[in-house]
Amino acid sequence: MISENKEVLELVDQLVRVDRLGAEKIFNAVREQTSMSRTVDHLILPALEIIGRGWEEGTVALAQVYMSSRICEELMAHAPPSSSLKHPDHPPMAIAVLEDYHLLGKIIISSCLRAGGYVFHDYGRVTPHELAKKVRDDSIEIVLISTLMLRSALQVKEVKRLLVEAGSSTRIVVGGAPFRFDPLLWKEVGADAMGANAVEAIAAITSCVKGNTK
Amino acid sequence: MIAGNEKSAMTSMERVLTTLGHQEPDRVPLSLLLTIHGARELGLSIKEYFSKAEYVAEGQLRMLKKYRHDCVNPFCAAAMAVKAFGGEVIWYEAGPPNSGEPIIKTEKDILSLQVPELSDTPCLVRMLESILMLKEKVRDEVPIMGIVVSPFSLPVMQMGFSAYIELMHERPELFNRLMEVNQEFCVAWANAQIRAGATVVCYFDALLSPTITAGVHRETGFRIARNTLARINGPSAIHMATAATLPVIEDVIATGTSIIGVSIMDDLAELKASCQGRLTILGNLNGVEMRRWTPEQVEKTVKEIIAVAAPGGGFILADNGEIPWQVGEEVLTAVSDAVHKWGRYPLVFHNE
Repeated sequence: MISENKEVLELVDQLVRVDRLGAEKIFNAVREQTSMSRTVDHLILPALEIIGRGWEEGTVALAQVYMSSRICEELMAHAPPSSSLKHPDHPPMAIAVLEDYHLLGKIIISSCLRAGGYVFHDYGRVTPHELAKKVRDDSIEIVLISTLMLRSALQVKEVKRLLVEAGSSTRIVVGGAPFRFDPLLWKEVGADAMGANAVEAIAAITSCVKGNTK
Repeated sequence: MIAGNEKSAMTSMERVLTTLGHQEPDRVPLSLLLTIHGARELGLSIKEYFSKAEYVAEGQLRMLKKYRHDCVNPFCAAAMAVKAFGGEVIWYEAGPPNSGEPIIKTEKDILSLQVPELSDTPCLVRMLESILMLKEKVRDEVPIMGIVVSPFSLPVMQMGFSAYIELMHERPELFNRLMEVNQEFCVAWANAQIRAGATVVCYFDALLSPTITAGVHRETGFRIARNTLARINGPSAIHMATAATLPVIEDVIATGTSIIGVSIMDDLAELKASCQGRLTILGNLNGVEMRRWTPEQVEKTVKEIIAVAAPGGGFILADNGEIPWQVGEEVLTAVSDAVHKWGRYPLVFHNE
């Protein structure tokens, strides 16, 4: 449930206007009154959720989503390191793009995860074989895969096959345009969940941690 | 829906021109945006297929006959425009080629960027040759679609999407410099296609969509579109790929373009109401989902789309950008059959 309090809505306003200083002012004011963990839970993530929802509804542009996530990541980066790790106990996670050079989706999700206090490996642009190997080598339990083209989305099947063949039970969360245009595609490729935006990705991670799929 | 008193058969060109004039032709024009599928027709790899202009022309002619649609489209991929600037093209077995590593990494790269000569880029020359060959075959009976990536959207491939968004927001002087170079290239490339025989130029610009950009940046995109299209010596279509178009229809109309390419992200009925008599709609089959449609699903979908968007003309049935390699012959044939069965004017509807 989103907490749409005054500070959250003000932060949303500053973020979509790409006003770094305005966003920082609100962030610092809240941060001075509460812990980093509560600042993340009650300010950063709700603001990003409203912006993500705005994109789904057509009231916020992708460029604004990107700039908002980058600003929030920067705000978190300037916070004391020890206090910014909100979820140090989540299972090992990684994020990757399959083959494409279009990295925007991964960058947005990564920024939002970092702003939310998640720690994860960023494998960048990889092939299915490279990804499966890295996932095994790093004992990753949840891997987020972003794709732009249908061709690369279908390659998630190969990632799944390689992981199963290696006896891995790593959960796969997918996202990207092909999955938005074909709501059955994530199941077809063997993913455990689909996140249409950053907040859905975080929800999918939570679901995977609990052992559920959606 | 049943066919009533059928109009006499038109050529594809007459059919498309009639619908562009917001009149009803003999049937709903069908424009399958088939690019890489020509390789399958010729039994070639996608890379091999695009290595010779003859292959592309032959592939387009075979698909024109097989699917009985109303347009040929010798376009290869958006990545070819970046190739002209020195970029890398990555080929795949089961999908369109993509652009590789961004070519613009520093401020200096933008300042030193030059408008490429078309004649120095073999893949662009081959596309012009394909257009010439197709023109000789189809003459004025079938529209030939030329395609350019807009100056405003090209930087997504030239420098990467995230870096481009930051440039747009934070470095307006460099953004303007990039737009100047890209616009000169876009105009030259579009007019070369028109000279070779293209009937219309499709101006791909997903960044015009409110899904992608907002405020002053989107306004800038439309200003660039108006200026660029005014310098192209032929009719145009604006296509925003799979992004939403409805909220910016008035801006699209103000560019002077004739056609808007749309996807399932827009409500087709609302779109039809907004465009009626002013702008022809090109769309909106779901290219990603259609690969697993049954013939029955195809027929149902095509009927529904025609019922909503085809009355009064001003409509061309198409997919929402580029038909994926994974969409098979059976589906494409079913689309064509459905249009030929249910798209005949005058459209008459049963309560079914």
